[in-house]
Amino acid sequence: MKSVFPILTVVAAIIAIWYAGAVWMNSQWTLDQARRAGVELTLPEIIRDTMNQERATLPAPHQVVAEIWKTTAEKKITSKRSLIFHSWITLHATLWGFALGALIGLTLAIFIVYSRVMDMSVMPWAIISQTVPIVAIAPMIIVVMSSMGIQERLVPKAIIAAYLCYFPILVGMVKGLRSPDAMQLDLMKTYNASNRQSFWKLRLPSSMPYLFTSMKIGIAAALVGTIVGELPTGALRGLGARILIGDQFGPPIRIWSALIMASILAGGLVAIVGLIQRITLKRMGMNQ
Amino acid sequence: MTWLVSVFVFWAAAFWLNRQLAKPPVDQQRWARIAVPVIFGITILVVWEGLVRGLNVSPIILPPPTAIAAKFAASTDILWKDFVQTVIKGALSGYLIGCAAAFVTAILVDRSLFLQRGLLPIGNFVAALPIVGIAPILVKWYGFGWESKSAVVVVMVFFPVLINTVQGLRDTTAMQRDLMQTYAASYWQSLFKLRLPAAMPFIFNGLKIGTTLALIGAIVAEYFGSPIYGMGFRIQSEAGRLSLDMVWAEIAVAALSGSVFYGLVALMEKLVTFWHPSQRS
Repeated sequence: MKSVFPILTVVAAIIAIWYAGAVWMNSQWTLDQARRAGVELTLPEIIRDTMNQERATLPAPHQVVAEIWKTTAEKKITSKRSLIFHSWITLHATLWGFALGALIGLTLAIFIVYSRVMDMSVMPWAIISQTVPIVAIAPMIIVVMSSMGIQERLVPKAIIAAYLCYFPILVGMVKGLRSPDAMQLDLMKTYNASNRQSFWKLRLPSSMPYLFTSMKIGIAAALVGTIVGELPTGALRGLGARILIGDQFGPPIRIWSALIMASILAGGLVAIVGLIQRITLKRMGMNQ
Repeated sequence: MTWLVSVFVFWAAAFWLNRQLAKPPVDQQRWARIAVPVIFGITILVVWEGLVRGLNVSPIILPPPTAIAAKFAASTDILWKDFVQTVIKGALSGYLIGCAAAFVTAILVDRSLFLQRGLLPIGNFVAALPIVGIAPILVKWYGFGWESKSAVVVVMVFFPVLINTVQGLRDTTAMQRDLMQTYAASYWQSLFKLRLPAAMPFIFNGLKIGTTLALIGAIVAEYFGSPIYGMGFRIQSEAGRLSLDMVWAEIAVAALSGSVFYGLVALMEKLVTFWHPSQRS
């Protein structure tokens, strides 16, 4: 609670900078128009004009809020102009990608923890795989998928999302599954516990805090992956597609509203994972 | 069929070899630690090549590694031009500016606990956002040249470096700070002699995250407009023409430059934070 006031201050500062930027960047257009019309503008007039341009270089915050309100609350959810509809498309692909990535990350982590060969051979490549800019692969995945006859846009997006989110989960879970110390593992051994038993009763439970922390990073990464998957590929639906279409045809404010919507989505997803984390850890008695 | 059988035999042999190398005491050797992943990588390439040839996979779905290597060798001049445009001009310049800006901001914020408390959660939140989405906006603002790519990279690397630096600067114990006080150290003295060195592991963490983001930002920004060269431009146009061997060659360049970039930062980290437990092993 101590940090609520500071956070609000910083948010207010960001909004103030945004407004200042809007005035600064949009005033050029205002001044050009005025010069053409041969009118002298006073400062308040310039500022008023920069706040309400239809194709502003940098739309002011209240314009973005109005646009979001217009495209969420005042449109039917099924409408192609509804941001909620596009958010749902993106969310859908994000969740599939996250599920796939979490599965891959978890499986690899278990193999790596139990097999020295896997540890030595896979781990370096997993790290290298993250230095490959995935966006380089995105257009190709789409092309390949369509030449293989898979027209569903969901699949390539989910693959890209999974590629981005498996790594944090892999790293987190390797750390988590190795977090029991030698003493605890020895105790399991004196109980004559099998590998499987010590996995379910010791390693997996003690990895839970790590799992949730890495899942928070993972789900945010999955959303980034989905949007990146929509950007360069000519998708027609989804938040990334809104950004793309806003770039090519529509007013820039569409890009901004889609970006803000994506941020809200990211915040919501991370918050949900955080909530599940809190409940689970509490029930497991691991709450600090 | 012969392809498939030989692929299987090769895989089995490599697997057996790696198992032998991963057994103690061999696995403690330095060469074994390098050999095992290398053998694994070679195996993947061989399996890839064999499966593509054995199953007659069309080159517009997956070209074999030899074809990619041939294309790579044949078009080094184009690849080099794209590399300079995207990695050196776009990503590297943006990376340097972004990291420097984040570092300076962190130092400025450092004196105020109030600002730190406000910035950390927001920075953490922003770092999780799909910031790449601003690429089209910045391309509109700064034009099709490398400047707009650089601007995207600046925004993308700024927040991870900022939060890691702010967090790192807090990573000293009260005891250590008290000691500096008993030495009558000024703010700047204790910053340079105690807190900055102590923050280095965190800062390098941010810098390492930034290397990948920088390349992603530079490549994505090119999808929204670029001159007729650059890695993002090449990938998109060649993927459209279904010449996937060229796309894979560009991906190889991207992977290689990404790994070298990351490796350089990791090497610097090793030199700077040699004292840290994670580096001493």
